[in-house]
Amino acid sequence: MFRELGQMLVLFGATLRALPGFLRRRRSIGEQIFEIGNASLLMACMLSFFIGGVLVLQAGSVLVERGLGSQLGGLVGISLCKELAPVMMAILIAGRVGSAMAAELGSMQVYQEVDALRTLNIEPIDYLVLPRIVAITIALPALVVFSNLVGWLGGAAVASFNSDIGIPTATFFSNLREVVDTWDIAHGLIKAFVFAMAVGTVCCHQGLQTRGGPRGVGRSVTKAVTNSIVLVLLLDYVLTRLLQPFDA
Amino acid sequence: MTPAPSPAPSVAPAHPGLRVAVRDLRKRYHTQEVLRGVDLEIAPAEIFVLMGPSGSGKSVFLRHLIGLESPDSGEVRIEGELLADDFRDRFRMAMVFQSGGLLNSLTVAQNVGLYLSEHRLRSPAEIDAVVAEKLALVQLPDGTANKYPTELSGGMRRRVAIARALTIDPQLILFDEPTAELDPLVALAIGREIVALNRRTHATTLVVTHDRDLAFGIAHRIGFLVEGRILAVGTPDVIRAHPLPLLQQFLAADFTPQ
Repeated sequence: MFRELGQMLVLFGATLRALPGFLRRRRSIGEQIFEIGNASLLMACMLSFFIGGVLVLQAGSVLVERGLGSQLGGLVGISLCKELAPVMMAILIAGRVGSAMAAELGSMQVYQEVDALRTLNIEPIDYLVLPRIVAITIALPALVVFSNLVGWLGGAAVASFNSDIGIPTATFFSNLREVVDTWDIAHGLIKAFVFAMAVGTVCCHQGLQTRGGPRGVGRSVTKAVTNSIVLVLLLDYVLTRLLQPFDA
Repeated sequence: MTPAPSPAPSVAPAHPGLRVAVRDLRKRYHTQEVLRGVDLEIAPAEIFVLMGPSGSGKSVFLRHLIGLESPDSGEVRIEGELLADDFRDRFRMAMVFQSGGLLNSLTVAQNVGLYLSEHRLRSPAEIDAVVAEKLALVQLPDGTANKYPTELSGGMRRRVAIARALTIDPQLILFDEPTAELDPLVALAIGREIVALNRRTHATTLVVTHDRDLAFGIAHRIGFLVEGRILAVGTPDVIRAHPLPLLQQFLAADFTPQ
């Protein structure tokens, strides 16, 4: 495990060193961002809407019983933007995009495409890894912003239409505006940014480490997704702890 | 198979072939020792064929020459210099992989022009011209350029890989099982192509194969590698007459029912 962690850090360091040349890869980065959006936007939308809705269902009746129904907007707003949206989107991206990245790079490794790049004096990290990590690092925070908005809408819709809760949309958003400030949004985006780099690095590393034909590709994909999810949840705790002093 | 016994370049090459020297090369994967002290010298512009049964370490040896593997011990010298980190910047070396190693996400033209476009060595129009020239050299039909590798046959993929290797203008070109899984006619054409390339470019050529017809058809010298050791080296005639029983067994093996 420590060996793999070390290899991932080396890969991440090499990607950072290649970063100054990312403008050269803008076309490839654009294609990757399009792929990520295409693969995950609809699912992100559905996931976020229902997470907002479930949050309201779970917390709404308890708060209303205690006469705190008007605080529902703030609760949903904070939960989504600081915690649920970044974590859920990172897990979604690991499953939908990270797995595809690991499979693609794994196949390229198995079928000697990566070796062929090296013999052409083309650095695979620069050509293959950099565009993927940059794309995921741009796309995940953007998805989190989107997820926040859709999740809040989902929460507001359930709060308004559920007869046991019955909080008007205006009250919901008024409280949300009162409670959620720019830092809370930034808090979630910082997490998303770090999660994206972690998921991208883990999945590219697993892809490039693939050995042994189609079975090896399958193993790499499974490892890429599970390792990414574990790392996201670990990092979530660490980042929450680190960012806490900056909370108002 | 077209014989090509004498390396006799008629015109001075732009980039002369490289001299390769390998000393006591050893490589172990886990408990298996794949290379057990390989010593070999290959002269500039020579076609050297490394022959041997499957699993004898031929491809692993080839990968050491182009820096895709690092030896546990021993050394590879190109023009007398040890392979260093920057060897690809200093020497023009290319490898044609058994699978072709073509990038499936790129068209044939993009694959062939990849080296030139990535290193910004030519303008896009010049790259197009070079790609057309190299594809014509390996006798690929018109219309191939815009296809994807998955749309091509095994022989055509191999030819595209050769065309891509040629864009480097290599001084040393390595072929890993160039005729594996190809029918005899396509294998013959690929063999002829290797000889023609050697005559045209004077690049040092190392071919790894277990195809006896190919080996004796194109080689200036042949090496016989078994279980990580080179047991015999010589001209095709020397190898044919070599007294090593294992080599004679390898050469005599055929499909005649007992």
